[in-house]
Amino acid sequence: MKEKITNIKQDLESKLTDITKLSELMDLKIIYLGKKGLIAELMTALSTLSTEEKREYGSIINQFKAQVTALFEDKISELKGKEEEEKIKKETIDVTMPGVEFQVGGIHPLNKIIDEIEELFISMGYDIASGPEIELDLYNFEKLNLPKGHPARDAQDSFYITDEVLLRTQTSPVQARVMDANQEKGPIRIICPGKVYRRDDDDATHSHQFTQIEGLVIDEGINISHLKGTLEVFAKKMFGEEREIRFRPSFFPFTEPSLEVDVSCFKCGGKGCPLCKNTGWIEILGSGMVHPNVLTNCGYDPEKYTGFAFGMGPERIAMLKYGISDIRQFYTNDMRFLNDFNRIDGGDNNESK
Amino acid sequence: MKVSKDFLNDFIEIKDVDFNELAEKMVFAGNEYESITKLTSATNLVVGHVLQCSKHPESKKLSICLVDIGDEKVQILCGAPNVRENIKVIVAKIGATLPGNITIGKAKLAGMESNGMICSLVELGIESKYLKEEDKNGIYILDNNAEAGTDAVQYLGYDDEVIDFELTANRADLLSMLGMAYEVGALYKRNVKYPDTKVVCQGEDINSNYQINVKTDKCSLYTMKLVKNVTIKESPNFIKRRLMASGIRPINNVVDISNYVMMEYGQPLHFFDADKLGNYIEIREANDKEELETLDKNIRVLDRNDIVIADVKKAVALAGVMGGLSTEVTSETKNVLIESAVFDALSIRNTSKKVIRSEASSRFEKGIDTNRTREALERSCYLLNKYADGTVINGMLVYDNTNLETKTIMISLNKINDVLGLDLNKNEVLDVFKRLDFICSFHNHIFEVTVPSRRLDITIKEDLIEEIGRIIGFNNVKGSMPISYIKSGKRSPKDKYQKDIRNRLTALGLNQTLTYSLISELNADLFINEDYEKVVISSPITDDRKVMRNSLVSSLLEVFKYNYARNIKDINIFEIGSCYSKKEDSYLEKTNLCLLMTGTYLSNNWQQINLQIDFYTIKGIIINLLNYLGFDNRYQFNANDSLKDMHQGRSADIVVDHKVIGYFGQINSNLAKTEVYVAQIDLDLLFSLKVRQVKYKDISKYPTITKDVSFIVDEKISSMMIIDVIKKTGGRLLNKIEVFDMYVGNYLADNEKAIAYKLIFSDVSRTLSDEEVMTVFNKIISAVETNLNAHLRQKN
Repeated sequence: MKEKITNIKQDLESKLTDITKLSELMDLKIIYLGKKGLIAELMTALSTLSTEEKREYGSIINQFKAQVTALFEDKISELKGKEEEEKIKKETIDVTMPGVEFQVGGIHPLNKIIDEIEELFISMGYDIASGPEIELDLYNFEKLNLPKGHPARDAQDSFYITDEVLLRTQTSPVQARVMDANQEKGPIRIICPGKVYRRDDDDATHSHQFTQIEGLVIDEGINISHLKGTLEVFAKKMFGEEREIRFRPSFFPFTEPSLEVDVSCFKCGGKGCPLCKNTGWIEILGSGMVHPNVLTNCGYDPEKYTGFAFGMGPERIAMLKYGISDIRQFYTNDMRFLNDFNRIDGGDNNESK
Repeated sequence: MKVSKDFLNDFIEIKDVDFNELAEKMVFAGNEYESITKLTSATNLVVGHVLQCSKHPESKKLSICLVDIGDEKVQILCGAPNVRENIKVIVAKIGATLPGNITIGKAKLAGMESNGMICSLVELGIESKYLKEEDKNGIYILDNNAEAGTDAVQYLGYDDEVIDFELTANRADLLSMLGMAYEVGALYKRNVKYPDTKVVCQGEDINSNYQINVKTDKCSLYTMKLVKNVTIKESPNFIKRRLMASGIRPINNVVDISNYVMMEYGQPLHFFDADKLGNYIEIREANDKEELETLDKNIRVLDRNDIVIADVKKAVALAGVMGGLSTEVTSETKNVLIESAVFDALSIRNTSKKVIRSEASSRFEKGIDTNRTREALERSCYLLNKYADGTVINGMLVYDNTNLETKTIMISLNKINDVLGLDLNKNEVLDVFKRLDFICSFHNHIFEVTVPSRRLDITIKEDLIEEIGRIIGFNNVKGSMPISYIKSGKRSPKDKYQKDIRNRLTALGLNQTLTYSLISELNADLFINEDYEKVVISSPITDDRKVMRNSLVSSLLEVFKYNYARNIKDINIFEIGSCYSKKEDSYLEKTNLCLLMTGTYLSNNWQQINLQIDFYTIKGIIINLLNYLGFDNRYQFNANDSLKDMHQGRSADIVVDHKVIGYFGQINSNLAKTEVYVAQIDLDLLFSLKVRQVKYKDISKYPTITKDVSFIVDEKISSMMIIDVIKKTGGRLLNKIEVFDMYVGNYLADNEKAIAYKLIFSDVSRTLSDEEVMTVFNKIISAVETNLNAHLRQKN
């Protein structure tokens, strides 16, 4: 019996060394450890032995079975490992080959700027207002303290459709319409973005169509300090926390006092550079206190209410921010131009100090 | 408005003031400037005395000069025709710089040494439009008082500095040195000086020989004086130089004086040759088609809107705009009749628009201080007496219909502080008014301010507030936030809808574009499927920008063409914008969405992945968008072969809730060189369709059963027709239908096609048995067979 066991073991060991395939190994395992396998056979053979021998050999066979099982388990895991390795080897790819190219869409750069401004003012409680682009002379000019024959009408030569109807030259008529429509004549806080049109020949810095954003706040007790505080928030949000603003008195027919607003240069921080023409400041918007005639024209009592208004050009802001030199780029829609803006801005992280 | 420091200094003491600093102060008082320059930027120029001058032996043009330049005598070669012995000239010494980055060095000309350069005014950078013929062509000859070796630029007064202001339209008062002096005076707290006007008058009063007759209300003030026996000659240097600094060409002493006084007072004057005018002067509206030959020798045809100065018979000048040729002051003029008047701003504006915009007309347009009209007239007499040897005749012709009420504005201290957001006290405000030279009193907390007549721009309280802000400095205001009720800001639902659509489309790989609303008439006719009245610009700049578009498709097609021409083949874009039309008396602006797709949507060439955009790509995008907007199961697509400029066999209407909301398909191949797909959707209409809120539904826990079927049908039967029958017969157990194959070809008859569907059955509350599914499935098959004359395609 012992001899038999030794033979079986030797035979198995040599067979196991030769075996390379998991499937063959599994077949071999059945031959040894199967229900009718060699080990089972040995167990069957026990029945012919004496009780004492049964006990002795029984334990030997059991030990042997455990050994064989362990041998098989080792071999199985060895072969499994090898196969897995081969499988991975076979499946290994060149990770440097190109990935799939998706068409990527993006928001137009001007709209990105407009969105950013809108979100800021919405967060301060402003509503977004809109109005028609084909506008009445009444709203575009007359209610805004620009009666017929006013010299300032020359400066913004307009696309007229009839004597009384034109393409709006500014988004200010939206203000007049909102004030006019407000039955209670109570407070107003709005931002009006939109397309405007002027009779200009298109060149690098002029466009017959462009966008504007106007803001209007009307309430009791509104003053220039409030205008300044509001625009400071705007300047910091759009151009960086360190930005400051300054006022230069100016003249607009619809505001009195009227103020041009400069923002400290976001490129050089105010030290002077080509972008700010060495002044340290960049002209960004026009603003002022709503002219009492405008309030009166739109049904507000200037003795009770005051307000401020401001207006800016998203094109100019985008051109300054992204370094675009030709305004026509916005309307040409060269895919290469548009695709340049198909990513997050990153501006907040690399602001100049 | 160009302001010379030397000129301004006559009206306010500013010699000690840094002119750059003054310019900056003016900016923060509301007066921007374009530039600060000197009359010449040349340096190191001295007065030279030409001691000897002889012709160069080898050159016809050159002269050899020995020039005394103070500390030495040098040889200079000069090519000017007017160089000669014993004259004083401007010499650029070795090392001198001239405008245009020229530095003078030692030079050899035709073999002879030259140690410097004798200069013309052109070489000093004086624009030739200001110069006499002789000064343009030769060197400038200084008067004999000039001392050799002294600074020539200083001697000429060309070291004067000039600020070119860009004034706002309301500040007519700053179009004069006097006005500027008041403004600078307010900033520097200095007083204004008035020029001399006192002159001895002689002879019989002008009123006994001349008569003026104003016959229009467009002239509120008309005054005249007569100066006899003037000598026409060159103006003194200071007048010429100051006119040049002001951007005005010097001509002769008489003409120059009229311009000079205008620069001083802001009151345009007109000089008539008294001997050509006669003694009756009429101011009236022009007759229709009345003709007048103006100074520039053009015949002007006038109408009732123009104001003219006329004699007994005819117009002799176009009031406020341009004189007439027949009464012009010439070199032969002896007696001058001077007009100083105020004309209606609007009328001058209209006339000057037709004729010419001049220094004079632009001042009339903006408004004249009527209190200076007589004074300017007297000043011109004073100057004609002094610099043209004229005899000023007694008396003045005056027509005065001005309304000389002084303007008084009341304003409280509270109001001032309330608007400015400052905390000024009474004295600070009084100080500002004093600096501005406004008369002001204060009682019962109210300021009573008398506005001087020069400040036509100040009419209301807010104007005064602006004055205080300007002088105190708006940058002294500290920023704060308005204290107001708290509310959330919002955009309109429609605005939000458009943003949602935009974000979905960019996520699907489309780029947002922005194009012009104004297009050509030709493009305005493209892709238009309904008659509409165009919105047309009455006076367009170009034909390309004439009509307000009624479809966005032609605009996006232009974007496609632009990019395609630059070899960009993959173009996926959209625009959300207005489409414009007119209906009876109202103008309509409808918001539309337009998509354009062409080229590759998805690719990786080495993997043979290449999704070329076709009809079904754009259809997939539209479906994706409609599902996103909550319209699942509410839309269908109906073939439409009559859409303008679209491919007849590859276009369809987009129908939601039985309403056509737009169309899509391939652009007619006449219009694009490659397959281009577009869609246009009426967003206003789509927005008006109600969409219910998202509602949670139980997800079925039970397995689904899938059955595949392929029908062979006539080619005219659409997939939608088959699906309709399947849906109707399938009932509530039929959960989903997917098309997984379509076949046309050898195995079928010519007019047949086969479409294969995967039908998915399930129930939320239980596991279905195969038998019950088969019952439904068989019903579906026979329904399709019967209704659509279909038969099953056997597996082969």
